Amino acid sequence: MSTTDVIGSRRLRREDPALLTGEGRYTDDLPIPGALHMALVRSPFAHARITAIDTTEAAAAPGVRAVYTAADLEHLWANPMPCAWPVTDDMRNPAHYPLAKDKVAYVGDAVALVLAESNAAARDAVELVDVDYDPLEAVIDLEDALSDRVVIHEDLGTNVSYRWDLELDEDAVQAAFDGAAHTVSGRFVQQRLLPMAMEPRAVAAVPAPFGGGVTLYSATQVPHILKVMAAVTTGISEADIRVVAPSVGGGFGSKLNVYAEELLALALANERKEPVRWVEERGENAQATIHGRGQIQEIDLAADADGKVTGVRVRLIGDMGAYLQLVTPGIPLLGAFLYCGVYDVPAFSFTCTSVFTTMTPTDAYRGAGRPEATYAIERAMDLLAAEVGVDPAEIRRRNYITKDKFPYTAVTGLEYDSGDHEGAAAIALDLAGYEALRSEQAERRAAGGTKHLGIGMSSYFEMCGLAPSRVLASLNYSAGGWESATVRMLPTGKVEVVSGATPHGQGHETSWSMIVAERLGVSPDDVEVLHSDTAISPHGMDTYGSRSLPVGGVAIAMACDRVIDKARQIAAHQLEAAAGDLELSGGVFRVKGSPDKEMPLAAVAFEAFTAHDLPDDLEPTLEAQVTYDPPNFSWPFGTHVCVVEVDEETGAVEVRDYVAVDDCGTQINPMIVEGQVHGGIVQGLAQALFEEAVFDADGNPQAASLAEYLVPAAPDVPSLRLGHSVTPSPTNSLGVKGVGEAGTIGAASTVINAIVDALSHLGVTEMRMPASPLHVWEAIQAARGTGGEGLVAEIATDTAGADRDAPSDTLSPQTQPGGGA
Amino acid sequence: MIPASFDYVRASSPDEALAALAEHGDEAKLLAGGHSLLPLMKLRLASPAVLVDVGRLGDLAGVRQEGDTVVVGALTTHHDVHRSDVLRAQVPLLAHVAGQVGDPQVRHRGTIGGSLAHADPASDLPAAVLALGGTLTATSAARGSRSIAAADFFTGFLESALEPDELLTEIRVPAVPDAGWSFQKFNRRALDWAIVGVAAVHRNGASGVGLVNMGPTPLLAAGVAAAWAGGASPAEAARRVAEGTEPGADMNATVEFRTHLAEVLTRRALEEAEARPQAGPG
Repeated sequence: MSTTDVIGSRRLRREDPALLTGEGRYTDDLPIPGALHMALVRSPFAHARITAIDTTEAAAAPGVRAVYTAADLEHLWANPMPCAWPVTDDMRNPAHYPLAKDKVAYVGDAVALVLAESNAAARDAVELVDVDYDPLEAVIDLEDALSDRVVIHEDLGTNVSYRWDLELDEDAVQAAFDGAAHTVSGRFVQQRLLPMAMEPRAVAAVPAPFGGGVTLYSATQVPHILKVMAAVTTGISEADIRVVAPSVGGGFGSKLNVYAEELLALALANERKEPVRWVEERGENAQATIHGRGQIQEIDLAADADGKVTGVRVRLIGDMGAYLQLVTPGIPLLGAFLYCGVYDVPAFSFTCTSVFTTMTPTDAYRGAGRPEATYAIERAMDLLAAEVGVDPAEIRRRNYITKDKFPYTAVTGLEYDSGDHEGAAAIALDLAGYEALRSEQAERRAAGGTKHLGIGMSSYFEMCGLAPSRVLASLNYSAGGWESATVRMLPTGKVEVVSGATPHGQGHETSWSMIVAERLGVSPDDVEVLHSDTAISPHGMDTYGSRSLPVGGVAIAMACDRVIDKARQIAAHQLEAAAGDLELSGGVFRVKGSPDKEMPLAAVAFEAFTAHDLPDDLEPTLEAQVTYDPPNFSWPFGTHVCVVEVDEETGAVEVRDYVAVDDCGTQINPMIVEGQVHGGIVQGLAQALFEEAVFDADGNPQAASLAEYLVPAAPDVPSLRLGHSVTPSPTNSLGVKGVGEAGTIGAASTVINAIVDALSHLGVTEMRMPASPLHVWEAIQAARGTGGEGLVAEIATDTAGADRDAPSDTLSPQTQPGGGA
Repeated sequence: MIPASFDYVRASSPDEALAALAEHGDEAKLLAGGHSLLPLMKLRLASPAVLVDVGRLGDLAGVRQEGDTVVVGALTTHHDVHRSDVLRAQVPLLAHVAGQVGDPQVRHRGTIGGSLAHADPASDLPAAVLALGGTLTATSAARGSRSIAAADFFTGFLESALEPDELLTEIRVPAVPDAGWSFQKFNRRALDWAIVGVAAVHRNGASGVGLVNMGPTPLLAAGVAAAWAGGASPAEAARRVAEGTEPGADMNATVEFRTHLAEVLTRRALEEAEARPQAGPG
């Protein structure tokens, strides 16, 4: 392979040999002699006062070195645990410390900890800590929370954390609805999900001798953010904290956080001057690691007679859980800008009220607000199609922002960089055989039967690579949107790259090395990539929000360019030519018009190292550091199509086909892009069909193991057929956009649209997620109960009033009179 | 996921296992494939003081035919039951059902005896053995061997007719090479327990129908079997499926939905059994 066509090649992931042969070093694999094992005593109650804690028996148990309660550790905290996204100035944020002191507010809330000489001894001793609780009423329903019937954090006086409005032109929205020929309304529940990374969380805090600070190893996505926040919370000098994220086995947002266990291990290791380690159990992971989603959405569309959308109105209730974690309150805001979808919408309003509940805190989970928003608008577009009486593909065609309108300034004020929705949709529909499917559906409906064919589609934008920093400031986000990169050529011509982004399974090392190889004309194998250690990579904003290519990768490309600029001056000096006359191709500088005069970049690197003969004003070494703050988000987009067979008798849904066209601009490595899209789609499909973090009315998690929390396995998901289009981003020199969350953002609404489509002739207009056999069957029964008039009055019961252990929400989608299927 | 501490005895012969059971009584649990017991111990839902490991008693594994009966050793893994040529020819229902349990890893560790002795109403194999009218052989040091009809074996939720000092040694099922049969397993993921399952077998006017997850124990659907044997259509016979059941509610099914599913699946099972006598295992 020539080094000039590295970008775009399907190069195998350099990360995989170690991971596939068990050589990956995860936090819990690290040999740390003398480490004490930490185990947490967790509340079995969703909401209770702690009236007494007796640690005597646990402290006397074999191998136990210490047992602590909140009262024992107060001196370790300079500040409560951090929330970095105070979305409004008056947001209510209850003080949240690593151990609960007087009250617990969710099942899994930690109330005491044990340090022991082995994990087994620590876990045994946990059972000996005697905690007296005075149980209080649980709050698991969002509208119940909103009523303040039970106030969880009494000092706040209310369960409302904040209300946030996207303050646009409300009069324009009202006018759109007043003048509408068609209106539709949907009410959707985004059930809570467990991120369920393959590697649970793990921490090891290791103090250096002679007051040399503490190294905190953690299965985290955000070592840089963790370092800052750990310093703020513990009061330990930032200079004394080094954070290392070893091999990390997935995060999906759940490791974009600062957790109690990290702070406890750090503070105790620092105080005791001995290493402290902890590894999460799977059941703990379901309770003590953040949950995703958790929203009730109400969306109204106004449209003209042709079905052209004239206004969108959204009201949201966000489930914060018991406390605000790192970016908990910001998740609904990340979705706020996407409720107009990929459509040319002139009027929009959005309000969000976020409430505390007695459940595990929510936070970022793959897509973080954007899958939820896409779900609402894409379900609503199907409702509009039915109302107007046109095909779902046609209603979208009438509303897409057309290719010629990019860059497009949305009604929200954001600028969409580039897109071709009609093009992506055309590819997807063609690949799926859409017209033939519609014919088959019509024939089968005419013939009758109990298995029903459904076709669903969704078109989406992914807003990723959050930036620039000043825009984040306008949203009260307490961090920047930049990323740092260093590229240095070593004396032998090899290249060392340091990134502040922090891979945890995505294949960044492979992708980044390909960018460097193409720019510098070296082999990707000659590019070493360093990351995820604050001692090696001191500046970084870490990995989340599909930012590591459009921000992190672009920073690396820019650093390469700066290295080339400097090398060009050295080469010009050596070749006695003008710098402007040098061309770099295949890693060799050549003088234009003098093909015999050339100097390989590797030779320049050696000259830069020896510094024997450099231009007078040039420093030795060939290295450049760039901190890149992008001018805009990047906007990947696409269209997904799903084909299902629904068994009316059992409610079983079989996904017969799934087609996805995702446009992430220039693809560095199409194989890695496909892997990201595959994983993303499966996670979206899992929300649509399988997964829900169910709680009973007392706030007890009912799906806290992989037997009850239905993460789909390979036999349970269909083969995915991918197409793609390439619409480069104009905002960066690589033309790239992110792709980590795209599949998830498009998938859930696509699957549900297909299921509702399959059953529309039976009168079903709404489907509660996950579309389990039970929920599908109940929806069919409910539709029949209303005489097939197209209204599903009540599909599910309210959680708070639930008399069964089923999950809970109230779904009452109302199409306007005359609407429905 | 760390069990409470326990003592461990590895039996090198059935007699050693029986002696250990006789010594420790209620305190002991037998460990075979471990795929039901060990998860319960890791979750600390079970904390036996002594584990008696019978996993290496090779004499208790294997399938053989004795006249019109097929004898399956209690330690035969699900995988080996599924792949047994004898079972595929003589009792295809049982071979098929064993291939539906869990996932390949579970099937290579879990044993038929362990599954039956665990007496989980959500397990597949008990319903098949019930439908087939099987007999289980239990042995103790004090009293020797006895036979227990499958219909008498499942006494309560996770409770069987086995005494604490008894070892389940073999499962005997009738050879039914020419029977029609079907197993309908309904679940959300391939590796899950059934939300509802129905095992049906039909030969020469004799019928057996076993139900998975329709009550606190694996159940025989006697009413369905009687109606079916008496000439009722699958749909008619299936209407009697709720008789004697006590289905529970969970995240996957309400009582109403589970009862509805049982009727649909029973009808499908009987239809399939009628349609494919002498079919091999799927």
